[in-house]
Amino acid sequence: MSITGQGNTGSTEELVIEAQEALHYTPPGRMQRVGDHLRREWQLYVLLLPTILWLLIFLYKPMYGLQIAFKDYSVFRGVAGSPWVGLEHFQTLFSNDQFLRAVRNTIYISMLSLIFGFPMPIILALMFNEVLNQFFKKSAQTIVYLPHFISSVIIAGIVITAFSPSAGIVNTALGWFGIEPIYFLTKPEWFRPIFVGTGIWQEAGFQSIVYLAAIAGISPTLYESAVVDGASRWQMMWKITLPSILPTIIIMLIIRIGNMLEVSFEMIILLYQPATYETADVVNTFIYRQGLQGGQYDLAAAAGLFNAVVAFVLVMTANTISKRYSRTSLW
Amino acid sequence: MTNMNLYSRGDRIFVIINMILIGLFALSTLYPFIYITSLSLSTGFEARAGNVILTPVGFTIEAYKQVLSEPLFWTSYANTFIYTIFGTLMSLAFIIPGAYALSRPQLFGRRFWNLTVAFTMWFNAGLIPFFLNMRDLGLLDSYFGIIIGFAVNGFNIILLRNFFEGIPQSFEEAARMDGANEFQVLWKVYMPLSKPAIATVALFCIVSRWNGFFWAMVLLQDEDKIPLQVYLRQVIVELSDDEEFATSLLSAAYSFETVSAAIIVCSIIPILLIYPFMQKYFNKGLLLGGVKE
Repeated sequence: MSITGQGNTGSTEELVIEAQEALHYTPPGRMQRVGDHLRREWQLYVLLLPTILWLLIFLYKPMYGLQIAFKDYSVFRGVAGSPWVGLEHFQTLFSNDQFLRAVRNTIYISMLSLIFGFPMPIILALMFNEVLNQFFKKSAQTIVYLPHFISSVIIAGIVITAFSPSAGIVNTALGWFGIEPIYFLTKPEWFRPIFVGTGIWQEAGFQSIVYLAAIAGISPTLYESAVVDGASRWQMMWKITLPSILPTIIIMLIIRIGNMLEVSFEMIILLYQPATYETADVVNTFIYRQGLQGGQYDLAAAAGLFNAVVAFVLVMTANTISKRYSRTSLW
Repeated sequence: MTNMNLYSRGDRIFVIINMILIGLFALSTLYPFIYITSLSLSTGFEARAGNVILTPVGFTIEAYKQVLSEPLFWTSYANTFIYTIFGTLMSLAFIIPGAYALSRPQLFGRRFWNLTVAFTMWFNAGLIPFFLNMRDLGLLDSYFGIIIGFAVNGFNIILLRNFFEGIPQSFEEAARMDGANEFQVLWKVYMPLSKPAIATVALFCIVSRWNGFFWAMVLLQDEDKIPLQVYLRQVIVELSDDEEFATSLLSAAYSFETVSAAIIVCSIIPILLIYPFMQKYFNKGLLLGGVKE
């Protein structure tokens, strides 16, 4: 069918061109198309602009500032004006015992938190799912979610009080068994168990929400047919619930591995002291002391860059592995 | 409990053991709070001697009198309210429009903008460049610096964006028929429909603002501007190392332990007050975007 009415001789493309000529219409250039789009949709960009500007100013501009990791940074010359020193700071770091110790501690503490902390919310969610009494379930959930909302300063305050050698409940309890008071927070060997334990106490309950949400999405028909087959509650948990939430578990594991180096250093800053640096000092607390307290900005920035790059590689690797083997991934 | 009799003997034992274990876990979560509260209401002598286990020993409110008579406690408490209220409003002012724009299919370069947001969740420049940037912007030691410097969070934007994307097109089309522009669609259609999601994001902001301490500690020098958490740290963490101070209080009606317990209780109370409201939302809220991302 031809718009100009001269018979249908040409291809569709030709027809379109014919039609455009007839209407004195030329297809708009790229610039004009963008211009038209902006004129029509400018409001959308007005809404987006503040957020993007914020990200540029507060999160992307510091990435530009990261170059001081390769510079001899001077406050007076600024980021751009300071002279380049190449990899000098990294060489300094990797011959610095404190930094190497901080790297080891970071890995050690995050591995411990992963091994002991990661399964806990899953176990809790599976257990909550088996509670039939709704009142009991709701009350228990309300309680175990609570510590997530309490600040690390308060949690640290509670830990310090509870583990205090003279007044703390922990030493009082040990006293019942005839054990002499232990100065827990000054003993390097106690730092990791206390820190990891506190983390689990604080977050395990709240993190179970995600798994409970996943469990809520499981089709009831699966359980119904299992009941017909005479499965026990235990078998249903193992054979239906757990496999069904596996994709969620994998996603949470990827997120967890990506954040692995972000051990909650706020809590460490609150709980550690020079006596326990040996086991407690992590990369971020090292950066805090060297950079923000000691003013060695360039060296500390180099340590931060190392941390960020390793973290980024970790999450990419975890995601790729997961994509390949389970077809579950973050992106 | 209705189907209980349908269960086999093994199932019933399983259910009961399960309940006991959950009960124990809940108790172990609750106990430290009870312990701290009892400690705050005990005399300094009994607290020091380690006699407080479950209930207050030698009931007294001296520790609270001590805490509440400290002007810096009240200043920092007021500052926390300022940071929480204005910080949350600031966050919402950036997050809601941004998330809305990112959810629109006609946004040019949508994939790129989304990546710009998501990238900040996985990579950041770190403590030092962030600090130097705040200093270069002249935001050290200022209320405004704390309020704006931590306004946006990639996770919250993506959570809200996912929610907006789930709102059926037909709502928007109806508004467009009536001649609504983007601002009106967001304000009159999307925001009312997204109350639970917005409330969730607001609650995340409130909690992180109320609890935030690290950057306030680093960025604020002036004692008049510090929030409660920084003040708490000064009292609890720094004084716990101060043996001289601790022993000077030995004979008094209050001790270091009871005073820090009292201040802990005072700072938990506001969280406990809004907790029931929060709970209504965060179950729902996390379902919205948390799992998807």
